[in-house]
Amino acid sequence: MLSNLANLVRYRGLIQSLVTRELKARYRGSVLGFLWSFINPLLLLSIYTFVFTKVIPNRNELAQPYAVFMFCGILPWNWFSSSLMEASGSLVCGGNLIKKVLFPAEILPLVNVLANMVHFFLGLTILIAFLVYYQHWPDLAGLIWFPVVVAVQLVFTAAMSLFLAALTVHYRDIRDLLSNLLMLWFFATPIIYPWQDKNVQIYRWVFQLNPFTHLAVSYQEILFFRGPVGQATWLLGLGAGSIVLFLAAYWFFDRLRDSFAEAV
Amino acid sequence: MATPAIELDHVTKIYRRYSGRQFATLKSALLQRSIVKDLSKSETFPALVDVSFSVPKGCTYGVIGRNGSGKSTALKLVAGITKPTEGRVTVNGRISALIELGAGFHPEISGRENVFINGIMLGLSKKEIEHRFDEIVEFAELEEFIDAPVKTYSSGMYMRLGFAVAIHVDPDVLLVDEVLAVGDEGFTHKCLDKFAEFRRRGKTILLVTHSLGLVERFCDEAIWIDEGRAQGHGDPKRIVGAYLTAVEKNEETQLATETARAVAAVSAAPEPPPEPARPETAQPEGELRDMFQAVEGRWGSREIEITHVALHDQHGQPAHVFHTGDPMSIHLTVQAQRPATDFVFGVSLFNVDGVCCYGTNTFIEQMDPQRLEGEAEVTFAIDSLDLVEGTYKLDVAVHNCDGYPYDYHRLLYTFRVKSRTPDTGIYRPKHRWSFKGAVEFKPPTS
Repeated sequence: MLSNLANLVRYRGLIQSLVTRELKARYRGSVLGFLWSFINPLLLLSIYTFVFTKVIPNRNELAQPYAVFMFCGILPWNWFSSSLMEASGSLVCGGNLIKKVLFPAEILPLVNVLANMVHFFLGLTILIAFLVYYQHWPDLAGLIWFPVVVAVQLVFTAAMSLFLAALTVHYRDIRDLLSNLLMLWFFATPIIYPWQDKNVQIYRWVFQLNPFTHLAVSYQEILFFRGPVGQATWLLGLGAGSIVLFLAAYWFFDRLRDSFAEAV
Repeated sequence: MATPAIELDHVTKIYRRYSGRQFATLKSALLQRSIVKDLSKSETFPALVDVSFSVPKGCTYGVIGRNGSGKSTALKLVAGITKPTEGRVTVNGRISALIELGAGFHPEISGRENVFINGIMLGLSKKEIEHRFDEIVEFAELEEFIDAPVKTYSSGMYMRLGFAVAIHVDPDVLLVDEVLAVGDEGFTHKCLDKFAEFRRRGKTILLVTHSLGLVERFCDEAIWIDEGRAQGHGDPKRIVGAYLTAVEKNEETQLATETARAVAAVSAAPEPPPEPARPETAQPEGELRDMFQAVEGRWGSREIEITHVALHDQHGQPAHVFHTGDPMSIHLTVQAQRPATDFVFGVSLFNVDGVCCYGTNTFIEQMDPQRLEGEAEVTFAIDSLDLVEGTYKLDVAVHNCDGYPYDYHRLLYTFRVKSRTPDTGIYRPKHRWSFKGAVEFKPPTS
């Protein structure tokens, strides 16, 4: 298993070009092309702004401007959920590769995770533009936590993706189940409502069981609330847990590896 | 001797038959790394059983066998795409597998980008690809289209590009699975030249193909696999010969069953009313008309009955497969209900298009019938069956001199003629070529 993991480093060139291909292929043939990576989050944010300031104004004082608050959680969530959705199908879709080319299969889900990470970064620029527009300055000292939270999310997402990708080969049902589970998970995470809300605080311990709570709250604390990053200990704990989870998922994936070419 | 490039040591590969049951397989995949271990026999399918062979470095090794015999499974095992259920596969050196060409191509991005990604997948570094890029594109003959998205390529272009990338990986071991049918004549030649170059440079090639000529011409050794078992390996000529014999035997059984079924069908059916007297005196017009109503069947009054028809080979054994130029004899067993004095025996051969290749009878050969009583045997012996390769059908008949049928068997008997020469037409006259003046041919390669 460890030698396979080391092998992955040797394949970084391939991962890199596959991510590039994934990004290039996504908008190939559309008129605006790569601009869509910016336009999509921009449109999304505009819709939220319109809805939550004009249609159903959200007066929660903890989270104003509400659209920007929401966006701080939605961007990482999209990275997470899209990665999981795409990765779970990646081995089945890439069946041709697995069956015909000698190729470390774990590359496929990882490429999905990384490609979505790039989209996350692109979306981030829009978020920054809005923060500037609203003159809503985050605490600069807190920003050093930003790479940490991204790294933790990357490891956590990669672990989940490997696990789901391997399992989906044998149980195709997962793909259908997953979209609904993700919907539930989304609402169970303080993304569209602030963590500090007193109704949420009543069930604090339940929310703390949800790993994405710590990610979402960390993002909000770093980007939206002006510090302190109170979630930092939880975040580091989640980071350690994610590494263990990743190794477990990789072991799981590695054990099932030989069955992919036949079951796909 | 040096270490072999490829070695298969008692390799068995068992696949899971598709069934709805999945729970046991995930558990066994996790615990035993195999999804077939705790499945019952009826749920699995052995693709290869206890196959061993070793390919020395620099050897071109052919794998032949019928469809579904396990050839491609063997190749996938060597490529490392699947793992053997039992046994061991060892490969020394970098492998490139021409199994499915362009397997990793993404349709939306350009040929150029796909070459890079495909090359990296096959184990090249970015620098190596840059270095060989022009060579690859030139080989694929796609200079004009290399920047167009691959989805706009024709299937031939797609295959050529896939082939070009795979062959420029510069492997130590090249695995080829029936991909020479990729392009037009010119491209195929280029591929063969490339293979020859590989050979000269002492690379190992494992070639899976149905083209037996290629195996004979190209390979140093060959293995024949049938139903997952190695049936023999060694000198390609000998292996191809053994394989062809087995194919013939198989065809033989098929034709025997087919013939038996045809005879049974018409004999069981209620006898059709005797046809109006047909001029079976084999005037050309008569034969011509027959040709257009080439429906198998049997009719006649059965006053004289053909009870059995057999084709015999040169050893006097019943056979259905013959070689061009071999002797063949047609044996009829006839049974006269009462002594007869007016009878004609006839035979004609048809090819699959319904063209009468030859027809004759005892009447037109001016044999005057005198007496036929009880059971008798009629043999029509052909010294040399000078027909080109193909499937032929046989008419046999006994009728009277006016053409009134006693028993007419129409196209009921099938036999096949095999030939190593792909000549065309119907008839192969005995022939030889000779030349005068400055005409020279290369001596045939061994």
